[in-house]
Amino acid sequence: MGRNTESLNHPTINPEQIRLLEKLCNAIAVSGNEGEVRRLVIDQIKPYVQEMRIDAMGNLLVRQKKEDQKPLTVMIAAHLDEVGFMLTSEEDREEGIFRFELVGGIDPRWLAGKPVQVGKEHSKGVIGCKAIHLTTAEERRSSFTVEGLRVDLGGGGKAKVGDWGTFATSFQRLGGSVRAKALDNRIGVATVIELLKYDYPNLNLVAAFTVQEEVGLRGAKVAAYALNPDVAIVVDCTPAYDLPLQVEDSFYPPENEQYNTRLGFGAAIYLSDRATISDPRLVTHFVRTAEEKGIPYQFRQAGSGATDAGAIHLQHVGIPSLSISVPGRYLHTPASIARISDWESTLQLIYHALQTLSADILKSER
Amino acid sequence: MKTSDLSNLLRKLTTPPGLSGYEDTIAREVESLWKPLVDELSRNRLGSVLGFRQGSGEPPRPRLMMVAHQDAIGLMVSGIKEGFLRLTEIGGVDHRILPGQLVQIHGKRTLPAVVVQPPPFLLPPEAQEGSVPLNYLWADTGLEEKEVRRWVQIGAPVSFARNFLELGSDLVCSPSLDNRASLCALTLCLQELQGRKHAWDVWAVSSTQEEETLGGAATSAFQIRPDLAVVIDVTHGSGPGSPSHKSYPLGRGITLGWGATVHPKLYETFKELAEKMEIPYRMEAMPRYSGTDADRLQTVAEGIPTMVISIPLRYMHTPVEIVSKKDVQRTARLLAEFATTLEIDFMDKIQWDETPKA
Amino acid sequence: MKELLKTLVEISAPSGYESQVRNQIQEWIRPLVDEMRVDALGNLLAVHRQADAPRIMLVAHMDEIGLMITHVDRQGFARFVSLGGVMPIHCVGGRVRFLNGVQGVIGVEKNPASYEIPPLEKMFIDVGASSAEDCPIRIGDVAVFERPFLDLGKRVVAKAMDDRVGVAVLIETLRRLEKSAFEIYFVFSVQEEVGVRGATVAAFGVEPHLGLAIDVTATGDTPKGHRMEVQLGKGPAIKIRDAGMLADPRLIQWMVQTAEKAKIPYQREILEFGGTDARAIQLSRSGVPAGVISIPCRYVHAPSEMVDMEDVENAVKLLGRLLQTPSPLELSS
Repeated sequence: MGRNTESLNHPTINPEQIRLLEKLCNAIAVSGNEGEVRRLVIDQIKPYVQEMRIDAMGNLLVRQKKEDQKPLTVMIAAHLDEVGFMLTSEEDREEGIFRFELVGGIDPRWLAGKPVQVGKEHSKGVIGCKAIHLTTAEERRSSFTVEGLRVDLGGGGKAKVGDWGTFATSFQRLGGSVRAKALDNRIGVATVIELLKYDYPNLNLVAAFTVQEEVGLRGAKVAAYALNPDVAIVVDCTPAYDLPLQVEDSFYPPENEQYNTRLGFGAAIYLSDRATISDPRLVTHFVRTAEEKGIPYQFRQAGSGATDAGAIHLQHVGIPSLSISVPGRYLHTPASIARISDWESTLQLIYHALQTLSADILKSER
Repeated sequence: MKTSDLSNLLRKLTTPPGLSGYEDTIAREVESLWKPLVDELSRNRLGSVLGFRQGSGEPPRPRLMMVAHQDAIGLMVSGIKEGFLRLTEIGGVDHRILPGQLVQIHGKRTLPAVVVQPPPFLLPPEAQEGSVPLNYLWADTGLEEKEVRRWVQIGAPVSFARNFLELGSDLVCSPSLDNRASLCALTLCLQELQGRKHAWDVWAVSSTQEEETLGGAATSAFQIRPDLAVVIDVTHGSGPGSPSHKSYPLGRGITLGWGATVHPKLYETFKELAEKMEIPYRMEAMPRYSGTDADRLQTVAEGIPTMVISIPLRYMHTPVEIVSKKDVQRTARLLAEFATTLEIDFMDKIQWDETPKA
Repeated sequence: MKELLKTLVEISAPSGYESQVRNQIQEWIRPLVDEMRVDALGNLLAVHRQADAPRIMLVAHMDEIGLMITHVDRQGFARFVSLGGVMPIHCVGGRVRFLNGVQGVIGVEKNPASYEIPPLEKMFIDVGASSAEDCPIRIGDVAVFERPFLDLGKRVVAKAMDDRVGVAVLIETLRRLEKSAFEIYFVFSVQEEVGVRGATVAAFGVEPHLGLAIDVTATGDTPKGHRMEVQLGKGPAIKIRDAGMLADPRLIQWMVQTAEKAKIPYQREILEFGGTDARAIQLSRSGVPAGVISIPCRYVHAPSEMVDMEDVENAVKLLGRLLQTPSPLELSS
């Protein structure tokens, strides 16, 4: 227990953590089929937790310590699943051509011409499309649709109808950043794994690695019901739309005002999204912690999008919740990019905030 | 069961309108059919019918819940103008099937009526071309305004006129076969369980409001807290207008659902059972959700391992829905076999592969 | 009751930030109830005990629609998103008030191509600042529409009538309450406008045998308005359905019969959009028979919502009667 607490006074991102993130990102775990990542997580956390079980839906539920007699129980949660697709019908057996449907929110315009991997064996395949020579100008103006595209496995591999697949992009380190598929939310999963290695004096720590977030926050609902914590902290990966503006018709120099979050600005603290209004008491505590410890943070812009907190905070008689995310560009596409410094800020912010969180927070007025 | 008896049972179950929320008629029919087949019969507070058969295993026995929804789609009176009735929908109805549709208005008295489409010059410009939206159609009872106001109130449910047809030797056609065909299969299953032993407690649930909120199965499950749940519903049958990769031929077997809603080990169990019993089936890929009670049921309380079995049906949500009697019987046999072969320690066998050793 | 309503609508309490109105309600009802508590999400639950009686949950939501700031630009203009169903058409030229008292006006980006109402992303709030540094508003600050109470005699107008009028009905009902056939949980809920969130957890905690929401409904009595039958001034509306639920037919009948017996005018309501806290109650736990008493309200979610005081008075009367009338349901616990 608490192996690292002696050598370090707070968690950091080292090559060891990055190697773990790589393994997590390269695995296939589309909503409803999270086994591969679940297994990786179990192997990682085994030495640090005293109790774990897998529930009816496949959530991995964890208690850091068996006896939990402290007055505050905090659940940290990260979803295991990623967006992807499922093979839904076989069109040509010999050639290995399949129809597919998307699982989770992928813009179909990212699909064409990408390598994919399908099934337990990670069978190789592609999503092909007509050669440009064979298209008309009009066709090129319209976008591809899922109905019009196929997964081509070339007749090889063992994949079959009902199998799940993802883009086949391998993890890569790019200077201070990482590029991979499924950073949403393996970076959150890796963060929770790290957090479980440390002791928290004032609280009982429980954790949920949840399933089926990308198809409607389903796993988190039953996970929170089962664990019934006093407070929940959800760790996720949130879009950074911090790209340059391409219109310049303003009196003032134009500003991108809908960035959601920005890479390099630190941990993203949620205020409000489609499914949750963050508990203001928790927001204050995390902001104060960040400022005291000098940890970079930013507010994720209020608006659409949702995290597991949306399901968690409505369980039982209400569970005050807050989401903290690592910003990532191009989520739900073949290759997303996140900054390692933001990841470290997120990890350290949650760690320090949990060090000082106590039951008193729930006694103050919301 | 003789096939004529099966037709009669289907006719019985499709006769009550039982629109979502207004299900007393169908609930009473289910109660009278199930009464001799179960040990205890009750109604959930929202109106689902719960039939309980005690298992033969040692207590505490695990609980199996098998659920088919009893409610049907239809229409509702939303306004009365000069004796004509304005309509809104209950569940999902394609308004394009409505002009000329014979209906029954369930006011203080049940009145026959027809849904009509006004001529273009009596419609606002935006509704003159293309399909006419539901709120510009009228239901006409043929009665004078005074009479109409006497018998009909805003909120009166409106059901499709009942018209039960036998087509050929195997197909039947009627409104509300979604989901009375499944309710029929569940009833046949309870008949088959007569005189057979099952170690588990069995709960048969005829659920309310699937077409509106998926609420009946979920609230019943919260009450029953089953260890496993099987949802029986209809799926799209092959036929004119149905894309072949999204529909299943009538009379050639049932579908077993696969996807995030379904527990994979439960799928495997049903698949093996169907193969052993030589019941033809196809996997129905449900990549995001099942579109059945299972979607809400699965996430009740701490989560319930759930299976979805579907009967192919043509022309869903129209008054001319068609199913195959053979498929209904196959569903019933499969359910009964599953219930009777469930071993008392079955829950230990459907663990996830990665489950840590205790 | 007008004074009560005026005080309520003039408080700022957007979804998630209801403390000001909650404090006011607590102050008023503390002497009238047996027990009072605030739950983890901020719902106020007040209990009127009645031994061995079935438990009814009455709920009106405290929150109103509002805005949250997402960005303050270099010139001090603040961008925002809505908390709840704020419609762009009601924003143009509107004034807002932040919880810290700062006021501002809503401006719109020019769009030379059309005169259509742009989406909220094309709007901004101007608080009179000239740079980000001197702007008193920060990302995450919340605001509501600024619009004073307007007394038109029988009819009154204000922002946040949805659902302070329901809150007023509950408070007035409590004040007039003598005996009851129920143990009553008065629930003043949070976060209704963002998805009936407060009522979801409140209903789970209360475990009522039946539930009624008191909320506003739209009307069809304005020029080329909604195609619906409800009118202002024709009595409280008994909900048959809305987009979120089918009200329990047994409760509809109970309400209709009670209203007819007491000669209280009422209307039957079908709303083809929207939903209320009752929908959360209905699907709570093993299911709860649930219904709604609606106050007809014109211009719902505009900064000037109009109700008729007679409808409000009749809603109080109807609710009072209902609380003395055992419901037709078998309500064993």
